[in-house]
Amino acid sequence: MEATHALDHDHGHDHGHGHPTGLMRWVTTTNHKDIGTLYLWFSFIMLFVGGTLALLIRAELFQPGLQIVQPEFFNQLTTLHGLIMIFGVIMPGFVGLANWQVPMMIGAPDMAFPRMNNWSFWLLPVAASLLIGSFFVPGGASAGGWTMYPPLSLQGGISTDMTIFAVHILGISSIMGAINIITTILNMRAPGMTMMKMPMFVWTWLITAYLLIAVMPVLAGVVTMLLTDRHFGTHFFNAAGGGDPVMFQHIFWFFGHPEVYIMILPAFGIVSQIIPTFARKPLFGYASMVYATSSIAILSFIVWGHHMFTVGMPTGAQLFFMYATMLIAVPTGVKVFNWVATMWKGSMTFETPMLFAIAFVCLFTIGGFSGLVLAITPVDIQLQDTYYVVAHFHYVLVSGALFCIIAAVYFWLPKWTGHMYDEKLGKWHFWLSTIFFNITFFPMHFLGLAGMPRRIPDYALQFADFNKIASIGAFGFGLSQLILLVVVLKCIKGGEKAPGRAWEGADSLEWTHLPSPPPYHSFETPPLVK
Amino acid sequence: MISKLKSLGFGVMMALMSVAAWAEASKYNLQTPQTQVAQEIFDLHILIMWVCVAIFVVVFGVMFYAIWKHRKSAGHQAAHFHENTKVEIIWTIIPFAILIAMAIPSTKGILSMRDTANPDMTVKVTGYQWKWEYDYPADGVKFLSTLSTPRVQIENKEAKDEHYLLEVDHPLVVPVGKKVRVLVTANDVIHSWSVPAFGIKQDAIPGYIKDTWFRAERPGTFRGQCSELCGKDHGFMPVVVEVKSQADYDKWMAAQKAKQAAVTMDPNKTYSLDELKAHGEKVYMTHCAACHQPTGAGMPPVFPALTGSPVATGPKAAHIDIVMNGGKKNPAMPAWAKQLNDVDLASVITFERNALGNHTGDMVQPAEIKALRK
Repeated sequence: MEATHALDHDHGHDHGHGHPTGLMRWVTTTNHKDIGTLYLWFSFIMLFVGGTLALLIRAELFQPGLQIVQPEFFNQLTTLHGLIMIFGVIMPGFVGLANWQVPMMIGAPDMAFPRMNNWSFWLLPVAASLLIGSFFVPGGASAGGWTMYPPLSLQGGISTDMTIFAVHILGISSIMGAINIITTILNMRAPGMTMMKMPMFVWTWLITAYLLIAVMPVLAGVVTMLLTDRHFGTHFFNAAGGGDPVMFQHIFWFFGHPEVYIMILPAFGIVSQIIPTFARKPLFGYASMVYATSSIAILSFIVWGHHMFTVGMPTGAQLFFMYATMLIAVPTGVKVFNWVATMWKGSMTFETPMLFAIAFVCLFTIGGFSGLVLAITPVDIQLQDTYYVVAHFHYVLVSGALFCIIAAVYFWLPKWTGHMYDEKLGKWHFWLSTIFFNITFFPMHFLGLAGMPRRIPDYALQFADFNKIASIGAFGFGLSQLILLVVVLKCIKGGEKAPGRAWEGADSLEWTHLPSPPPYHSFETPPLVK
Repeated sequence: MISKLKSLGFGVMMALMSVAAWAEASKYNLQTPQTQVAQEIFDLHILIMWVCVAIFVVVFGVMFYAIWKHRKSAGHQAAHFHENTKVEIIWTIIPFAILIAMAIPSTKGILSMRDTANPDMTVKVTGYQWKWEYDYPADGVKFLSTLSTPRVQIENKEAKDEHYLLEVDHPLVVPVGKKVRVLVTANDVIHSWSVPAFGIKQDAIPGYIKDTWFRAERPGTFRGQCSELCGKDHGFMPVVVEVKSQADYDKWMAAQKAKQAAVTMDPNKTYSLDELKAHGEKVYMTHCAACHQPTGAGMPPVFPALTGSPVATGPKAAHIDIVMNGGKKNPAMPAWAKQLNDVDLASVITFERNALGNHTGDMVQPAEIKALRK
């Protein structure tokens, strides 16, 4: 929408052959900015869909007993909440940011494969329709958890097949997106921009894209095996037919753990752009950030077994996976120290993106620490499949990944729209989100320690207090996100004019070389980077 | 405004937490350990948690100091340093050293929890959707353990009792102070047998028999829950273990053996329709009602209705086949041949054909089931 302006007043001259307008503009677009916008809106809409499912879950768990939903439907809610938030919100959110930002940050005119870019976006609504539509088929949506463990997932109805196809489509979309990003970054940087001069966001996305290419085919493979087990008489995961249900978990988590980093590395990149900007000081330890990100990516391939400690692996395997997992704390620690050192002796201001970035550093670290606790095999045996794990991964995925996407939206909104967003509303959004987030998820640590299993629709009476608190927090958190919608809409419509360099401390190419909003086609002649 | 809001939110949070829950200390931590292994886990968690808290306080103490002192609004000018190899090496090595210090007790913990050698006794636990079967192979005693919380409590029609959802009809009973080796497996999907007070959680996986162990230090009743999503009633298959003194345990075991011998209805006898229906109703309510519902209405399409169903009102042989061997088209229907005896099977099929709104008038005798087993 904002690019429409750019199109109108800026580009009567350079591409006289008329662009389609209205709906067809968005269907046929090959412009990285348009496609980035589509990804971000898709992610935002899915956030509300997945959030609604979460609120249904929390409403049911507000008090003991079954009030609102039946157990079977409850399992559908948890399954689809997980799938939609991971594949519909976090991943498209980051790809949308990459689409908008990577070409502008490296001084490229567009993505390397603009038509493929269009296709990789338009696959997403198809996959999302399969997922959401599965609620309405006989038997309801897939209810075996987002992890789809057999043999339980072999019991599901047609919705399980719809979920499998949705995962295939999402996988194809992700792989195409990753190929596009890697090719763009490796081939289309402006003259003078060496690899070690790239903004951290570009670096982290480059590494993330390699992770995607490495593991999405693994996921596609394992769900295909599930599909043939369901319909074509194979017994990959059926013990009675000589198969092995545990093999699914090994293959799934070989995808699943790198997937965790796919959802956090771009967040690291975003924070590494925002903190130096508002500290008005260069990022501390740029090179060590690059190495730490790479180490995390490599380690992510050898830790999958920590999701499976209670399966009963050989002692040696448990020890290996425990040590390897603990090792991840070292590069992650380096990153946190670097961010703190970047702030140290800076000249800081606290606009909304900076607030979200600081909250990210604190809260993600809490999630990192609970991850360290869970890495310790004997402790994990107690906490596996309890609410402690739920608390842990929401600290890394909500206050980690989601907060960073939100921070990035605030950070780059002035660039994208040419208007400053409403800072007052932004601060309200930040404080309400952060406070309600903690009210929702912090008590879950206690629930998990006390032994409340996850994925249950009803619970024993000693868990009642914390569940009530968590449910109140969840509704507060969910409703607070409507503020973001208001902020974004207001900012698109108008507001104070944003200068090209909207933030005093911003120094990457999109700020220093382009007006706000940038022209529809930017950097048609590459800038020279010194 | 903002700081007021922040302190208000924080205050609300702390107040909620303290009012609601500070009364009972264990709500903030792992359950009170009842075995050596659980104690080790408890101590390990405390140690690691405090190390994490200490690091958090130091790192974020520095950060918030910077946020306070190095503000633009406080007139602070930005410095321009952006690397320091010495510092970077130090903050790589220190966490590494801390991790090694954590790894040592953790390794010990793993080794002791994995040591299932030389048990005093063995029980076999089998997970079913949605109940546990406990088998004492040395004594020939075997029984099913299902949730005993009444449906009306779950549906909020009656007050919930103290052990709501954590109570079963027949708990696992073990003697105190004895090393119990637990063999864990499952029959349909993956379950997980978990007793937090013992520091035990072992996934129950079809096709595998995994083992774990515990030695309970004092008598009492200890409760856990299935800890791996296993379908609709995953939240309704608790684990209850009663630890008794050796003398009480021996008494209990003798009673079990006697009961098992007495209760067993004679599979060679021919029963009347009413006798079969009466026994069949008990079997139905224990094993079938969770899916097909107490009224027989089911939860279509995964759990079909029995009232007026083509199976329950059609030919007898097909009905017996699906109950004994499971649903060929619908894997949600388990095979009951191995879980239930001839009398139970005959009774429950008879019940389904002559109750729940069905009136076929025919009945199945245990001898017919027995004949089919060959």
